[in-house]
Amino acid sequence: MVRGFSSGRRGRLKRTLVPWLVPALLLAFWQVSSMLGWIPTRILPAPTAIALAGLQLARSGELWTHLSVSAARAGGGFLIGASLGLFFGVLNGLLRRAELLLDSSFQMLRNIPPLAMIPLVILWFGIGEEARVFLVSLGVFFPVYLNTFNGIRSIDPGLLEMGRVYGLSNWKIITDIVLPGAMPSILVGVRFSLGIAWIILIVGEQIAANSGIGYLAMNAREFMQTDIIVFSILLYALLGKFSDALARKLEFRLLPWHPNFQRLSKEFRARPALS
Amino acid sequence: MTHATPETGSHLHLDRLTKAYGAQTVLSGIELTIPSGHFTAIVGRSGCGKSTLLRLLSGLETSNGGDIRVGGTPLRGVNQQARIMFQDGRLLPWKTVLDNVGLGLRGDWRPRGLEVLRHVGLQERAHDWIARLSGGQRQRVALAKALITRPRLMLLDEPLGALDALTRIEMQSLIESLWLEQGFTTILVTHDVEEAVTLADRILVLEEGRIARDFANDLPRPRRRGDPGFAHLTARVLESILLRNRPSEAPPQASGVPDGHAREASADSGMAALSH
Repeated sequence: MVRGFSSGRRGRLKRTLVPWLVPALLLAFWQVSSMLGWIPTRILPAPTAIALAGLQLARSGELWTHLSVSAARAGGGFLIGASLGLFFGVLNGLLRRAELLLDSSFQMLRNIPPLAMIPLVILWFGIGEEARVFLVSLGVFFPVYLNTFNGIRSIDPGLLEMGRVYGLSNWKIITDIVLPGAMPSILVGVRFSLGIAWIILIVGEQIAANSGIGYLAMNAREFMQTDIIVFSILLYALLGKFSDALARKLEFRLLPWHPNFQRLSKEFRARPALS
Repeated sequence: MTHATPETGSHLHLDRLTKAYGAQTVLSGIELTIPSGHFTAIVGRSGCGKSTLLRLLSGLETSNGGDIRVGGTPLRGVNQQARIMFQDGRLLPWKTVLDNVGLGLRGDWRPRGLEVLRHVGLQERAHDWIARLSGGQRQRVALAKALITRPRLMLLDEPLGALDALTRIEMQSLIESLWLEQGFTTILVTHDVEEAVTLADRILVLEEGRIARDFANDLPRPRRRGDPGFAHLTARVLESILLRNRPSEAPPQASGVPDGHAREASADSGMAALSH
């Protein structure tokens, strides 16, 4: 069913291992280069040194404080931005009048990089939590809004017409045809915006913060702790990967009917037979 | 849900029905009476207005003049007695087969849904996703979905146009048996003259928005493609579609015409292949 991979246990093992092959090789090369002195520690410490730094941060508890602060910022900003994006996407997707009123304003705002707003945002909110949550929400809003809007507009008009002939109420048409039809597109927006949330947060935390992973990295720079800087950077990579995996889980859960997900999911059938 | 009465099919009366899109007249002054329970086929070239006529009957579009009476009362809005089945099925991929069949229904429709699916031979696929069905199976689901509310008027808009020849023949006999059993008035729009002759009591040839020819078809059922009567009627209907437009074919053809021409011609050769 999946080309190139045999199914069953061995196939699954392969599927899990193969993506890690390239990172593992790079890591090994890096470690050897450091041990041979090809790369000075001041520029880039060995992977083992970085791991050690991470371990120390975890032991002292510092890591978890910063991590939870960053996660709360990213999560909070994401929730606010994505809800607003979903709301306006649905509104403008369904009502031409709302689109006429709002869409061009959104398109103008969309072209302002959120990070360009930093000086202004600091003046507005100071360097408190609001500033970073605001920036993240702003960055998250547009991908969710655009993809929701497009998802709704690209629904087969034949299906909407069918809903009318079969006597569906407007509410039923929205819940049974419009939203599920737009869902694949909405989830693309969600996945995309999760990545953006982290990127904005990194910069936001490095410029003005006294906690969070970005702060950890900036603080380490003051003391020339390259190992902690690199560790923070890797942490972002891991967090990004983690949230992406979360978004994919969401896709599997919300799109069991989609042919793209069916071939990988074990349960083709939607629900157990009627009892 | 309507109760099955002796007269289960809608009685239709069309009076000077006219429809235009802007300056282009699609239907002009259609006069037509269809008695309850009749099976009528509408054939014609692409763009002759046959699909528009069906959409008017379903209430999806409103006419620019004249009226449609369903059982004596003028049609307003969506025709509640009618179910329309489209060429592309129009099923929701995010619902299971059974949930597609029961779309928009309230109450305990599931047993009835399963029963209708059994009628079209798909009971064991009730809980599958649509994406896992073949084209023919999807059209069966569309048919089950139309049947579940016991419609009095069944509008078929080239329902088998996208299917392969064998599946099409199977589906034709399924439609025929359901019609015989349930007695709904049926209007079939099709490109395929053989399909029209197989199924309909009456075949209307639509041309430039008017009913150009009206053939009665009282061949005994089930009809066989090889029978002389079948072949004769098919040839007459085809001729009336093809010959009438000869003069207007000399200049470069309008868009849409070549497609219809090719399809009807292929139906012709298909008939020849089957009858010899």
